[in-house]
Amino acid sequence: MRCVKSASTLIAKNWFSLTGHSGAGKSTLLRLLMLMERPTRGQVIVDGQDLAAVRSRAIPKHRRNIGVVFQNHQLLFDRTVFDNVALPLIIGGYEHREIGRRVRAALDKVGLLNREGAMPIALSGGEQQRVGIARAVVGKPKILLADEPTGNLDPNLSAEVMNLFEQFNQVGVTVLIASHDLVLISRLHHRIITLRQGCLVSGNSQ
Amino acid sequence: MGRKEAQRRKDGARTSKTTLLDQLNAWLQHHRLSAADSLVRVLDNPGSSLLTWLVIGTALALPVGLNVALDNVSKVSTGWESPAQISLFLQNGVADDRAKQLLAELSAREDVRETRFISREEALDEFRDLSGFADVLANLDENPLPDLILVTPKPTLDEPAVSALRAALEQNADVAEAVLDMAWLQRLNSLMELSRRVVLAVGGLLVVGVLLILGNTIRLAIESRRDEILIVKLVGGSNGFVRRPFLYTGLWYGVGGGVLAALLVSAALWYLEEPIGELAMLYESAFYLTGLGIMGALNLIILGGILGLAGAWLAVSRHLVHIEPQ
Repeated sequence: MRCVKSASTLIAKNWFSLTGHSGAGKSTLLRLLMLMERPTRGQVIVDGQDLAAVRSRAIPKHRRNIGVVFQNHQLLFDRTVFDNVALPLIIGGYEHREIGRRVRAALDKVGLLNREGAMPIALSGGEQQRVGIARAVVGKPKILLADEPTGNLDPNLSAEVMNLFEQFNQVGVTVLIASHDLVLISRLHHRIITLRQGCLVSGNSQ
Repeated sequence: MGRKEAQRRKDGARTSKTTLLDQLNAWLQHHRLSAADSLVRVLDNPGSSLLTWLVIGTALALPVGLNVALDNVSKVSTGWESPAQISLFLQNGVADDRAKQLLAELSAREDVRETRFISREEALDEFRDLSGFADVLANLDENPLPDLILVTPKPTLDEPAVSALRAALEQNADVAEAVLDMAWLQRLNSLMELSRRVVLAVGGLLVVGVLLILGNTIRLAIESRRDEILIVKLVGGSNGFVRRPFLYTGLWYGVGGGVLAALLVSAALWYLEEPIGELAMLYESAFYLTGLGIMGALNLIILGGILGLAGAWLAVSRHLVHIEPQ
């Protein structure tokens, strides 16, 4: 298992861009935050909680507090856009009407309100990514993680997606974006953390 | 805009606080959703679902059908008119008066329900009619048959008491022999007991088979929805949440199998009803086949459902934990 050798503590209501070459440990850090992996050493603290204290049974609850946007979208292809976005709310046990309201709000935010009945396969890559983003934010998480969210998108779409993340950040969501596209993330004028071979190279202090 | 958004978020946070009642409702709602969703999935693949139902149905129908058959046989053996009838063959040369007196004495006994006198002449007539040896009998100089008294003990008497009664009746000086024809009944009963155990063993094996088949079917369902499971776990679905649809899938397979098993058994009984009716008529018996009945069919469906759940649980507990997002 690769190891992120050192990382800073994350503080809410902030923006971090995580960069570095592939294999530098960006994904590993995200996986540690998601508790898909446990650290061999050291601590991971999210929102004041030491993740070492989170038992396996409590992992789902922890994940519900984090919105994640995946590079390969991770959509359910046999469900409509609406159902995909509604998934975290159904898991969270929201009431039927509340689900409809929130899903439409999230889809509106990413500009896909008119596509709620479509199947993901009928959408373009950029649209699929935006469905993924809507799903990540529909549960109003405190933290939004994005793993190479613009990996498959052209520059225009990438800028659009980044713009969306900025909006979420403005309303108080901590955003952590892992991307190797240094040009794109440096344009956003936010704190950039650079990892190299699992080590923090720059960005430790603000 | 920032402030407005912040206000909306606060509202959102307030509505997202869930009370226990909300949690219970959400839980019930997901149960409803899972049940409906898995039923739709099962019905969406009618071919493979029907095959699974048939496999479960036949596996359940076999022992259940045999059991119904055994129930019917035991109904025959208990419903047999006076199974423990004692035949008293009187000594040769007992006068009719004496026989009549004996008959009255026997009828007065507390442990005797019914007596019937068959004189040697009547017996000969009957024998002539039924045996087809009329010509042979006509050549006989004298009637070789003894007088006979058929004694039916009280039905409340158990086996040893009936045997004791037989022994007591044989002590009578006028009685040449008292025959209690119960051996065949005992043989039948022990044969039935053996058959029941065989059916139970076969049923046990088939139940294990059904569990394994269901487990395998659910395992395949889990495999085919692996990506979905990973995604659900990534966005915070608990193990229970992921498990639920598969348990319901197992339940539907099991219930469907139970319904088919009930139908199969009923069909088999319907198929046998006519020849058995004819056979019963030939034996001058009012015997008719007893089927599963509504309760039997319901029990069978419930059994199917329980097996379905258990099989699904086996598969889910073995395979679902290994599917973790990497």
